[in-house]
Amino acid sequence: MASDMAQPGFWAKVQRASVERLHIRLESLLVLVALSAVMAVLSPYFLSLSNFLNILLATSTIGVLAIAATFVIGSGGLDLSLGSVMGLAGVAGAFVAVNLGWPSVFAVSACIIAGGLAGYINGQLVTRAFVPAFIVTLGMLGLARGLALVISQGRAIYGLPPEIVYIGQGRPFGIPMPVILLVLTAVVAHCLLAYTRFGRHTLALGDSEGAARAAGIRVEHHRRIIYTLSGALAGLAGLLFTARVNAGDPTAGINYELTAITAAIIGGTNLFGGRASILGTMIGALIMGVLQNGLTLLAVQSYYQQMAIGAVLILAVFIDQYQVRKESRV
Amino acid sequence: MTLLTLQGIRKSFGAVDVLHGVDLSVEAGEVIGLVGDNGAGKSTLMKTITGIYRADTGSIELGGKDILPLDPGQRRQLGIEMIYQDLSLAKQQDVAANIFLGREPTKKLFGFLPGFVDKAEMDRQAAKMIERLGAHLPSINRSVGSFSGGQQQTVAIARALTFNPRLVIMDEPTAALAVREVQSVLDLIRRLKSEGIAVILISHRLNDVLAVTDRIVVLRHGRAEANLVTAKTNMNEVVGRIVGGGDTSAAAAHEQRG
Repeated sequence: MASDMAQPGFWAKVQRASVERLHIRLESLLVLVALSAVMAVLSPYFLSLSNFLNILLATSTIGVLAIAATFVIGSGGLDLSLGSVMGLAGVAGAFVAVNLGWPSVFAVSACIIAGGLAGYINGQLVTRAFVPAFIVTLGMLGLARGLALVISQGRAIYGLPPEIVYIGQGRPFGIPMPVILLVLTAVVAHCLLAYTRFGRHTLALGDSEGAARAAGIRVEHHRRIIYTLSGALAGLAGLLFTARVNAGDPTAGINYELTAITAAIIGGTNLFGGRASILGTMIGALIMGVLQNGLTLLAVQSYYQQMAIGAVLILAVFIDQYQVRKESRV
Repeated sequence: MTLLTLQGIRKSFGAVDVLHGVDLSVEAGEVIGLVGDNGAGKSTLMKTITGIYRADTGSIELGGKDILPLDPGQRRQLGIEMIYQDLSLAKQQDVAANIFLGREPTKKLFGFLPGFVDKAEMDRQAAKMIERLGAHLPSINRSVGSFSGGQQQTVAIARALTFNPRLVIMDEPTAALAVREVQSVLDLIRRLKSEGIAVILISHRLNDVLAVTDRIVVLRHGRAEANLVTAKTNMNEVVGRIVGGGDTSAAAAHEQRG
C-alpha cells in the first residue's frame, strides 16, 4: 500500500478524478494532443477547419465500430466480425434501396437489422453453444463477408436515393451528418455505459462473471443483448459508410475491426473486461483518425499506415498491461 | 417458525452424483453449522439454495413458499444472501458498485429519463453500511481489488447485509482471517442471530462452529449424515461423524488444540 502512505500529489488527484468522474484516462488525451502537435509541425495542412472536419468524418465509421467494441470487450467478450458485419449491413441497405426499390426508411432499417441479426447470432452461439467468442466472431467475419459478396454478386451496388446519400454527405450547419450521428451515438452510449444499471452490469460481467451471476444478473441474457447491440452498431457504421461513398460496397470495412478494437483499447478499455468508457474510446478513435490523416498528409503509403495501426494496438495493450501489473503490486 | 425447508435435494454434474437427497430445515434466527469433508457437497448444497445451481429433484421452500423455480436474483430479493469463499467481488469496481450490484437504486434524469443509477445514494448507503460494520476502508470510491483480504471481506459482508436478509449463508468466512478478524466475524454472526436472521455457517474450523452455532449438520458423501444440537455434542462426536467411524480421538484432539 505504498500509494496510501504517500500523500497523493496534485497530478495523481487529477488522474483519479478524471478516471472516477469522466471515465477517461488522461494519458490518452495527452497522446492525442501530442500527436496532433507533431502532425501540425510536420504538415502545414493539418491545422485547418476543413482538415479537422475531414478527420472527424473519417473517424465517424471507426468511431461507431469502436463504441461497439467497447461494450463487447468491456463485458469480457470479443467481436472480430465488426468490419464484415458493417460491410454486410451496407450491402443489405443498398440492396433494399436499389435492387428492391423500397423506400429509404426500409433501407436504413435493413442496415441496422442486418447488423443486429448477425450480432444476435453471435450472442446465441457464444451463450448457448459454448463456442468461444473468439471463434464465433471469427467465423462470423467470414460468413458476413461472404454473404455480402453473394448478395451483391461481388460488385458494389450504386444508385442510392438522395435521402440516404444525405446521411453520408449532408452538412447541416456545415457539420457532416456522419459526425453528428457519431456524436449522438456516443452520447447515448456513454450514458448507457456509465450511468445505467445496464452499463454497470456490463462492466461487472466483464470484471467477474461469477460475481455477476451471484448478484443475480442474468449473465447469458445480458451477453446476448451486448452482442446484438454490437452488431446493430456495426450496421449503423455500415449505413454511414455506404451513404458517404454512395455505394453498397461488399468489401467495405475490411480490417476495420482491427482499428476499432485498437481505438477502444487506447481509450482505456481493459482487454479482459471490467473497465471501459465511451469518452475514452472516442479519444482513442480520434487518435487513430489523426494518425491516419497525418500519415496521409505526409504522403506515407497506406501499406505503412496498416503497419502503424497494428503496432499501435500491440503497444496500447502492452502499456495497459504494464500499468495493471504496476497497480496490482501495491 | 421454520424459515427454510429442503427436502430430498439431489444434484449431479454429468456422471458425478454430488447430493443424494439432502433434507435440511432452518428456523428463523437459528445458526446452523454445516460441516463435512472436502467434496461432501457443502458448497453445492448452498448453491442450490441460492439458485446458482438448480437441484435435479427435491423441494426448497422459504417461509412456506416454493422457491425452486426462482433465479438467483429473485431468491436474493426474498432475503437469501450468501458470502462466497472467493467473495465473488467485481474487483475493478468500487465499494458501492459491489454492494449494490444487481440492485442499484435508480432515479430519473432531468425528471423523466428513467433507469439512471443514483450514484450519490449508493455511495451514502454504502458508507453507512461499512461504518455500521465498524470497518475502515481507505475510500469507498476505490476499486475493491486494491484492498486487503480482510477489507474485501468487509465489502462482501456489507453486500450480504444491506438488503435486510432473512438467511445469510457464509462459506468459510474465517478461513483466511487473522485471530481478531475471526472474532469479529463470530460476533457478527451472534448479532445477526439476535436480530432474528438465520445463518448457515460452512467451516472447517470446528472450534468456531461449536462456539457460535445452535445446530450442526454433518454432510457425508452427499447425505445429511447427522443433525446434532450443538449444546449436546462435542468435538469427538462431530469429527467422528465427519470421517465416518473408526478411531477419531487423535483427529479430535488435534482439532481441540487448533
